[in-house]
Amino acid sequence: MDETISMRRLTPFQWFTQALLVVGAGIMILPFIYMIGTSFKPPTEVLTWPPTLFAVHPTWDNYRNLTTIAPFPRFFLNSLIMSTASTLGILATSTFAGYIFSKYRFPGRDLLFIIILATAMVPFETYLIPFYFLIKQLKLINTYAGMAGPYLIMSFGIFLMRQSMSSSIPDELLDAGRIDGCSEWRLFHQIALPLSKSAVGALGIFAFMQAWMAFIWPLILATQREMYTMEVGLSVFQQRFSIDYGSITAGSTVSIIPVFIVFLVLRRNIIQGITLTGLKG
Amino acid sequence: MTAAPRSQRRWLSMEHRRWLFCYLGLLPILALFLVLRVIPISQTLIYSVFNSSVVNPMQNFIGLDNFRRLPTDATFQDALKNTLLFATGTVVLSVLGGLVLALMVNTRWKLTPFFEAVYFLPVITPMVPVAIIWKWIYDPQYGLLNYFISLFGFKQVGWLIYPNIALWAIVIVQVWKVLGYNMVIFLVGLRNIPNEYREAAVIDGASGAGVLRHITMPLLKPILLFIVVITTINSFNVFTAVYVMTQGIQGTSGASIRVLVFDIWENAFRFWRTGYASAEAVILFLIVLGLTLGQFRLIRSEE
Repeated sequence: MDETISMRRLTPFQWFTQALLVVGAGIMILPFIYMIGTSFKPPTEVLTWPPTLFAVHPTWDNYRNLTTIAPFPRFFLNSLIMSTASTLGILATSTFAGYIFSKYRFPGRDLLFIIILATAMVPFETYLIPFYFLIKQLKLINTYAGMAGPYLIMSFGIFLMRQSMSSSIPDELLDAGRIDGCSEWRLFHQIALPLSKSAVGALGIFAFMQAWMAFIWPLILATQREMYTMEVGLSVFQQRFSIDYGSITAGSTVSIIPVFIVFLVLRRNIIQGITLTGLKG
Repeated sequence: MTAAPRSQRRWLSMEHRRWLFCYLGLLPILALFLVLRVIPISQTLIYSVFNSSVVNPMQNFIGLDNFRRLPTDATFQDALKNTLLFATGTVVLSVLGGLVLALMVNTRWKLTPFFEAVYFLPVITPMVPVAIIWKWIYDPQYGLLNYFISLFGFKQVGWLIYPNIALWAIVIVQVWKVLGYNMVIFLVGLRNIPNEYREAAVIDGASGAGVLRHITMPLLKPILLFIVVITTINSFNVFTAVYVMTQGIQGTSGASIRVLVFDIWENAFRFWRTGYASAEAVILFLIVLGLTLGQFRLIRSEE
């Protein structure tokens, strides 16, 4: 760990830059404060001039309304199911493929790995049209399976697990297991997996957030209101009731709570994981 | 072939058994990649040379007609132009901003972890709530921004109503959102530069600016190019912010500004011109691929 320096040891120039950073931090947080503040305002306080950050008479009404104006609890549940399915799919495929690619030599290995990586260079937005027809053919429109479909695998996940396992799992350990009669499958889930816990954690968080933030795909696929995710529900609601900013900001606040909690608890893993995988904005 | 020693033969069969394990294990995963990636990607190419109908994306083969129509399609041209401007603005502002932030944050002051966390917060926030709150900040009548500029005597501005302003208003939102990501990656690069390099330069009489120019920047170049590639790809795929912030403003139904993915989405899923939309998607892919390869080549030539 680096030792932290105290304020007294900052140079005048550093004082200046740190002050700038404080101002910048205020600008970064301001939209969140405005959002949360607005979500507690009664309707009379939302459309006011001059605008206010906080409510004079705070109320939970906007949050209570979320269950009546639109089935937001259902949207929340849909997001949760889709994100969990995606996370499980990505973790299962990435750990196993990462293990095989890092710990075995077999004909065609490098070619297969390059093909998997190459698909990451193609943005999903460019092939979502055929993907839609595929899902339609499978009769999976408006289903969780269809919505999670594109997010069940992740090239970067395989890349990340391969990197992590090739450095964190000694070959000698696997050979020792083999001498003791372990099957290759048991070597994977009893030795390799437990030794890669931190990488699995980082990838899991990343996968969950990616699916939670997905927008264009659930927008196309969920045509029935009951299947909207939180993001789609919010955008549809926002277009229909563009004046009701109290409820819209309440819904927005609820939709960011899960990722914020995860972030606050696991900040270090997240920054590390995202740095490694390249989160899409 | 002569018979190999017994032990070696067993070793070979062991190796083959391991190959079998690999292939069987990878089989379902590769099948998923085939169905969920390789096939849809190739189908985009196929769709793009077909005329489509609502039910059949491959109604009849029309060769490159879809591509020939693109240069004369004013809507597509508009989307292409806006996307290029959006990407350029976002890349320049967020990469420079991220670098400056990283240089400022890279002290060992007590507040450093706090700054890291705060600037990173927008990165992990989903785009829809972000776009919603910024739309409210940009509101012409009640928005925070117009209130702020009114304090300096400026008149109210319809930030999201006029396409020229709206584009830059959304660039600001995107920059606000990705700044922390670029900063964190620059920080990784900065912290990997051994302190001795800087100290040696300072002892040799280099100024702060000199160290930055001759030591820090050359060593940051690979990281810089990585960030440029990632930011470029992401900004070319902009959709959510534009969709949420410009749909249904002041009773207009269409978007006041149009970007490539929006045009693809509208052609494919509103008008069901999937063949034409696929041609647009191919163009988008070629642009992203060209830029990625170009930037990779830059990295290579640097090394």
